[in-house]
Amino acid sequence: MSFDIAIEVPRGDRTVSVRIAPVTGITALFGPSGVGKTTVLDAVVGLVRPASGHVRIAGATLFDANTNLPPERRGCGYVFQDGRLFPHKSVRDNLLYGWKLAPPSRRFMDLAEATRFLGIADLLDRAPRTLSGGEAQRVAIGRALLSGPRALLMDEPLSSLDADRRDGIMRVIERIRDDLSLPILYVSHDRAEVDRLAAQVVELG
Amino acid sequence: MLSPTEWGIVALSLKVALAAIGLTLPVAFALAWVLARKSFPGRMLLDTLVHLPLVLPPVVTGWLLLLFFGRNGAGGRALETLFGATLMFRWTGAALAAGIMALPLMVRAIRLSLEAVDRRLESAARTLGASPLRAFASVTLPLALPGVGAAVVLGFARSLGEFGATITFVSNVPGETRTLPLAIYTALQVPGAEDSVTRMAIASVLLSLAALMVSEWLVRKDGRRSHVL
Repeated sequence: MSFDIAIEVPRGDRTVSVRIAPVTGITALFGPSGVGKTTVLDAVVGLVRPASGHVRIAGATLFDANTNLPPERRGCGYVFQDGRLFPHKSVRDNLLYGWKLAPPSRRFMDLAEATRFLGIADLLDRAPRTLSGGEAQRVAIGRALLSGPRALLMDEPLSSLDADRRDGIMRVIERIRDDLSLPILYVSHDRAEVDRLAAQVVELG
Repeated sequence: MLSPTEWGIVALSLKVALAAIGLTLPVAFALAWVLARKSFPGRMLLDTLVHLPLVLPPVVTGWLLLLFFGRNGAGGRALETLFGATLMFRWTGAALAAGIMALPLMVRAIRLSLEAVDRRLESAARTLGASPLRAFASVTLPLALPGVGAAVVLGFARSLGEFGATITFVSNVPGETRTLPLAIYTALQVPGAEDSVTRMAIASVLLSLAALMVSEWLVRKDGRRSHVL
């Protein structure tokens, strides 16, 4: 259960190249802002098309010279840096959005389990705009997990949080790694986060 | 109160305006989507064509419709051979004229509301398993809906007021094409019909005010945007 990625992604007038070897646990993409870390995640989930290379997760080919699955068929849970909760839907409907679309065989938790796991049971009827940064981030993680993904991609999930909240989310991420044994691709520019979480660090830039 | 004839005129006006909106909304939505989302050669030309009824004198638009849908026009001949139908002197022609005059306003309102929706939300929906169509229908469309509603109201009000293109294209036939503005204009030519003019003018004002209030309500309901136009 891990990533096997080697891609070249055009970004503006240059190319972002990255190789990620299959390693169990969390792989951190580390580097300064603007180096193309988010571009790599976008390419892995299928929102941006690499010029060449391959993307495999747990043996399934999502992209190579002959394959280019659309995002909805890649099964990558993507936790965006800016959350991107649907503003017109309640927390409950945000959480269930991907769950309803996932084939039952791919689901590995239900709403009750996810809300308990993330400590968000009392937020279900709230509107996303009323959530704090830490709450919104938990909901975004829950939404991704409930879509039954084969891997989780997280783009600086701690960057907008204060120290207390960071620790809470970091513990959630460790539990996703340990309890759900889901491969995680984790983008950060913070050395301490990366040292604490990652089994493999891929430096960009 | 309105006389039976005047009620008939109000009813005809509503029928023409509603048909105009029903006809124009799908077209306006498709055009707004294409103009908001796609880049292709000829985009500027399409944008200009859509806006043409807004800048042309309505009489010219009506004359162009007459050329195309008249007895000898390509559109008119096609309708005649395919369906044995004609738009000339018919309320359907009045609806077409009103719809075309409303088109640019509706396209603008819908396009702005589509452009105001964060496209990254659609990307998020895709990563959660939604096809492009489902992502659009479940995320972008509901978020753009107040703008679509405003477009409908605006188009409806514009259609109710349509005069120049209508009278040029389908003339001023009582019971068929004589909508409120045409009826008021006609009554003004008749000595002693001032009371009728007043009553129909009040009916026009009330209908327009009602449309405006619905539009304000739709825009206010959507707190994230302060205005649609």
